[in-house]
Amino acid sequence: MDYFLQNIINALQWGSFYALIALGYSMVYSIMMLFNFAHGDIFMTGSYIGFGIATLLLALAASLGMALPGWVLLALTIVISMVLTSFLGILVERIGYRPLRDAPRASAAITGLMIGIILETGNLAILGARRLSFPELIQSTTYHLGGVFVTNKKILIVAVSLSLMFALHQFIQKTRWGMAMRAMSFDFQVVPLMGVSLNMIAPLTFAIGSALAAAAGILYGLAYPVLDPYMGVLLGWKAFVAAILGGRGSILGAALAGFLLGFIEIFVPMIFPSTLRDLIAYSIILLILTFRPYGFFGTAHSTQLRL
Amino acid sequence: MEATELQAQALPSRTRRIRAAFAQVPALGWLAGILCTVLIEHLWGDPLSYQLYLPKLPVLFGCLIMFKQPVLIPSVLAYVALIYAIPIAAVTLLTRRLANAVASQLSRLPLWLSGLIHLGLLYLALYYWADLSDYRELVLKLTMIAVILTLSINLINGYMGEFSCSHPGFMALGAYGASIVTLLLFTNDRMFGEALLPEALGPWCFPLALIIGGFVASAGALIVAIPSFRTRGDYLAIISLAFMFIVKSLIENVEWVGGPRGMSSQPNWSTLPVVFSWMVICIWVINNFVRSIYGKALNAVRDNEIAADAMTVDTRKTKMVAFLLGAFWAGVAGGLFAHVMRFVNPGTFGIQRLAEILAMVYFGGLNSVVGSIFGAVSINLISEMLRPLEIYKWIVIPLILILVMIYRPTGLISFREFDVRKILQPKQQKD
Repeated sequence: MDYFLQNIINALQWGSFYALIALGYSMVYSIMMLFNFAHGDIFMTGSYIGFGIATLLLALAASLGMALPGWVLLALTIVISMVLTSFLGILVERIGYRPLRDAPRASAAITGLMIGIILETGNLAILGARRLSFPELIQSTTYHLGGVFVTNKKILIVAVSLSLMFALHQFIQKTRWGMAMRAMSFDFQVVPLMGVSLNMIAPLTFAIGSALAAAAGILYGLAYPVLDPYMGVLLGWKAFVAAILGGRGSILGAALAGFLLGFIEIFVPMIFPSTLRDLIAYSIILLILTFRPYGFFGTAHSTQLRL
Repeated sequence: MEATELQAQALPSRTRRIRAAFAQVPALGWLAGILCTVLIEHLWGDPLSYQLYLPKLPVLFGCLIMFKQPVLIPSVLAYVALIYAIPIAAVTLLTRRLANAVASQLSRLPLWLSGLIHLGLLYLALYYWADLSDYRELVLKLTMIAVILTLSINLINGYMGEFSCSHPGFMALGAYGASIVTLLLFTNDRMFGEALLPEALGPWCFPLALIIGGFVASAGALIVAIPSFRTRGDYLAIISLAFMFIVKSLIENVEWVGGPRGMSSQPNWSTLPVVFSWMVICIWVINNFVRSIYGKALNAVRDNEIAADAMTVDTRKTKMVAFLLGAFWAGVAGGLFAHVMRFVNPGTFGIQRLAEILAMVYFGGLNSVVGSIFGAVSINLISEMLRPLEIYKWIVIPLILILVMIYRPTGLISFREFDVRKILQPKQQKD
């Protein structure tokens, strides 16, 4: 039972990465009906930006002789990296997606894929193949709660990601910008006629998605402090699958599916050999999609390719 | 003043005249020219490269040398001009009347016969070109396999308009299927022990092994084809992506095919003539398929499924046939690939391979056989030529693709018919 509870906590942590990344896919998809295939690599870049900011802040604090508490540094790192990475998202939209808005959707998928490859290779070319280790910003302490070991990092990761999701939900539901985004996802051909510019909403969506990915990247760096250029490929494609599983453009769905994927991936090795993890995870997804072809919260919508 | 004006007028007319002269060269003439240059390289390539201070015979038109030693660029250019450009131009221009006469004689023959004659010439040229180094032969074989792959994915992504990501999976199934057959039956190896049949029989039964590999891939394609009845677009893309991951993960977990370590020591039966003939058969089959009523039905399903259904197109059957045929050829390509590399492991058929295949098909052009051939050949050659750039290669190629997507969203040669008769016919003489 303790083992089970322990794994629930691990799964919550692992799922929150997927959920945060999946939100970015899902938001872009709901607005533009396009997948941002560079998103996994934006997550990777966000993690590297976070690494850079964290080391910079640590060096700065040391040279100024200030002993800032770890959580301040972490908060600063997260905020600054989110802002910087959101500019990367805007750049991706500007280069890869805006020129292709009227093109077949598959072409935009290809540009996204290619931008992803450029980000990976650029990273490899600039920083080399060595793996970087994320600086230890906060001291890890372990709490013992009734047979279950919980570290403060795990609590922090789950809390930060849940609050980010809540903030996103509030933004989408309560603000005028959020209303514009919801309207755009309802019909992106008619709403621009009502005075909402797609050229404003689309970069905003990319920016928010990228900021969330950057937060996920830093949290990932806290939990698994080894960064390598291909980590975006690994997590990104799975988060992409989670975004689909959640349903077309559904925030709640994407978050839930992300957590579901995390649970599957943590609990499968409990029962089966861990090499079967991907096989079982994807088979379950295939089964779910067979019975609910539009995901958990998606509605049947003509997704015919605009070729 | 007058002289420059005259020149300015003369220049376009001269280029126009040259272009007109080249326009009169039939396919036969081009093939003859290429064959001549290749023979010239065979005879004088080595001494000439020695004279030009080149370290060795330039393997891929000198690109590798140009990147490694920029000092040698003039000699590389001289080599390319002397061996390739000038002989091709001279031969094609000088023999264009003769070539036209022969081509008009050939056009009276049945199409298959004249087609075979042209293919024979092409094969000879490729054979002599590849004969000079093993590297050339490898590049040529991989390019031909890429042509098969690109054609087979164009069937699904171009003609049927789905975004299928499952091709590496089909390829893996084909590669493992064919490898298991050849390793089990014809070779003594560590994995399956003694050969069950005499090894001399092997090369003759190799097509059978490839076909079995293709059928295995087709059987796997059912997993993607059946959901395609109910859903399409993005959800089908996910299903195909999941299929790809499932195949990779499945192979990693099956111990008797080597698990993550892969299979090795396949016999070297994918020789140049074998790969060439499979490529020709593939082009022939797929071209006939897309120009048949099935191909038109595929386009109808892509453009509007409901309307196609109303116009008596059996959409289920059409989708099924397209998926199975595409997967079959991907499987054959995988089998050939396994026997060229003589080693396969599940990691070969991952996201990287998917990006490569998608790049080839979208670069060349959707919905066109010529586009697929062009895309596969050019992406393969570009990536081989940029090899000296090492890691920056994977910045240059994506940039090229992004530019192509922005300016030609459906690829460079899209929506074009591949009419063999039209290509082979003699060109009209104007003068």
